[in-house]
Amino acid sequence: MSILIDKNTRVMTQGMTGKVGQFHTIHSRAYANGAECFVAGVTPKKGGQRFEGIPIYNSVAEAKAQSGATVSVIYVPPPYAAAAIDEAVEADLDLVICITEGIPVHDMLRTRYKMQGKRTLLIGPNCPGLITPDEIKIGIMPGHIHRKGRIGVVSRSGTLTYEAVGQLTALGLGQSSCVGIGGDPINGLKHLDVMKLFNDDPGTDAVVMVGEIGGTDEEECARWIKHNMNKPVVGFIAGVTAPPGKRMGHAGAIISGGQGGADTKLAVMEECGIHVTRNPAEMGRVMQRVLKGS
Amino acid sequence: MKIHEYQGKEILRQFGVPTPRGVACFSVAEAVAAAQQLGGAVWVVKAQIHAGGRGKGGGVKVAKSLDEVRSAAQQILGMHLVTHQTGKDGQVVRRLLIEEGAQISKEFYLGMVIDRGSQRVALLASSEGGMEIEQVAAHSPEKIHTVRIDPADGLGAAEAASAARQIGIPDAAVEGAVTALQGLYRCFVEKDAMLAEINPLVLTADGRVLALDAKFNFDSNALYRHPEIVAYRDLDEEDPAEIEASKFGLSYISLDGDIGCLVNGAGLAMATMDIIKLYGGSPANFLDVGGGADKEKVTEAFKLMLKNPNLRAILVNIFGGIMKCDVIAEGVVAAAREVHLKVPLVVRLEGTNVDLGKKILAESGLPIISGSDMADAAQKVVDAARGA
Repeated sequence: MSILIDKNTRVMTQGMTGKVGQFHTIHSRAYANGAECFVAGVTPKKGGQRFEGIPIYNSVAEAKAQSGATVSVIYVPPPYAAAAIDEAVEADLDLVICITEGIPVHDMLRTRYKMQGKRTLLIGPNCPGLITPDEIKIGIMPGHIHRKGRIGVVSRSGTLTYEAVGQLTALGLGQSSCVGIGGDPINGLKHLDVMKLFNDDPGTDAVVMVGEIGGTDEEECARWIKHNMNKPVVGFIAGVTAPPGKRMGHAGAIISGGQGGADTKLAVMEECGIHVTRNPAEMGRVMQRVLKGS
Repeated sequence: MKIHEYQGKEILRQFGVPTPRGVACFSVAEAVAAAQQLGGAVWVVKAQIHAGGRGKGGGVKVAKSLDEVRSAAQQILGMHLVTHQTGKDGQVVRRLLIEEGAQISKEFYLGMVIDRGSQRVALLASSEGGMEIEQVAAHSPEKIHTVRIDPADGLGAAEAASAARQIGIPDAAVEGAVTALQGLYRCFVEKDAMLAEINPLVLTADGRVLALDAKFNFDSNALYRHPEIVAYRDLDEEDPAEIEASKFGLSYISLDGDIGCLVNGAGLAMATMDIIKLYGGSPANFLDVGGGADKEKVTEAFKLMLKNPNLRAILVNIFGGIMKCDVIAEGVVAAAREVHLKVPLVVRLEGTNVDLGKKILAESGLPIISGSDMADAAQKVVDAARGA
């Protein structure tokens, strides 16, 4: 079992004909059941063409109608990416995964506003995507570090997610699904939303939650976990050493207005029963200990 | 991207927010001429640096004659202004704002931010003008009035008037306050701001509402559509290392430790700094080389780190995904040769083509210390920095 996506998911790629879209479409299609999963591409004015045998359509609505894809992944450049999300939401897709980094925050505010009352879920932007090992990979993560199993992973960062996954795999702890929710201040699914899905997934026994400085999403998720989660959670927050007022790479990774510091997040998480580690090299081992103890 | 107060006021005026008349100056002579041109009997001489807290640091002075303008300008121009936001070395003052004095009867606070929780723009208004809003938030949060603004409707006149009354703006001045609030909101949205602060917004003795300060931070991801904001950039206010880094697509922040870090990905870069600290060391920088680092980027990253005179060791931590470990290893070897690296270098590689990458490092003939995982690499670089 898994959350959000599995081998039966059918995916269209928005921005498939750009350099980045081409590269990752090839790699995602080569992973597990990818050849069956990636069924369409969307590039305005290129409808009727093909890329690597995958048909291209002019619009999301057309791609959905013709190919049956209900999930989209977006590699569209930043100035046009929010409009690409809007189009996918208008077409009533189940799930949109926006990989694009660098979308203006006011564009995302407008897009999130338009999403109110719609059923489409958004992951990202500025995220590595998500993967259900041995079934399907939608995004830019290296597939080979994953292994099928029963641990969920949710994280705001890309390579730090790979670090967590790499540690789990090295210890023989496979993953049910791994979700990168992205490093922007205004985004789609939060830690809390993904945590609820993992809690309800019979294929997930425990979750690694990786956060970073900025905002209060990790605290909100931790408070929910305290009262509702029936599976153990291991947590790490990056940025204990980050100075206030400095944006650490991600647009959302900034301690400002006295909010978003790593120590506060870690304290709240610990208080809510999350197995917190301050050592990013120990995420896998802490999970191993937790599983043996329970 | 931050801008100066006088630039922020130029923008505010375009959106109908009233500000005192003022002139930006780069010399004492210009300052005196500006005061003459403005006329009146009282002027304010204000240091223009990007950090807040200028008044407390001695960067804002009231002058009651042209001689006082001259002496204030002499004192402030060129000074190392130290505030709670500049660090201990302070920031050199290169620009002044000469402004007509205002008779203040009451001070207020106005702020605008991107509120992550509600995913909207939020207006923060408070009767506690001139104070640091963090202090107000900590000690008397009930004095901050928050309006989360509907993106479709914008900030309505009734909403703005209600906010103005809540913070104690008298009825006669509410109309002026509404103009200021709505102007600030339109400006915030149209110019792609991430943060705006008018602290203080004042009520003058004759009942007008005026923005006495203006602080802005703009979304760097939206600058492509705002050449007029880019034109306001003042490189003197930015860290030279960070400017150099941005030319090569590197994300770099200077810190005060002695262990340089070169990492791919922002989250992993922060975690690398954290683990160095956890093992008793101190990071010299945050450096994210991004997803598509090649030999040139890695070389530039090394050069940047080596400009830091405090640097005692370097840790390279790469989790290769799209970025292949062998490509990174070749970049590291070439960079170490090109810069004639003298400080110990610890490299930890993981991910795609990791074995090939490790082989390239081992066969390079360079004294590169290999870390088997993050913990091992952190321990080794901390030891190396201590000279152990």
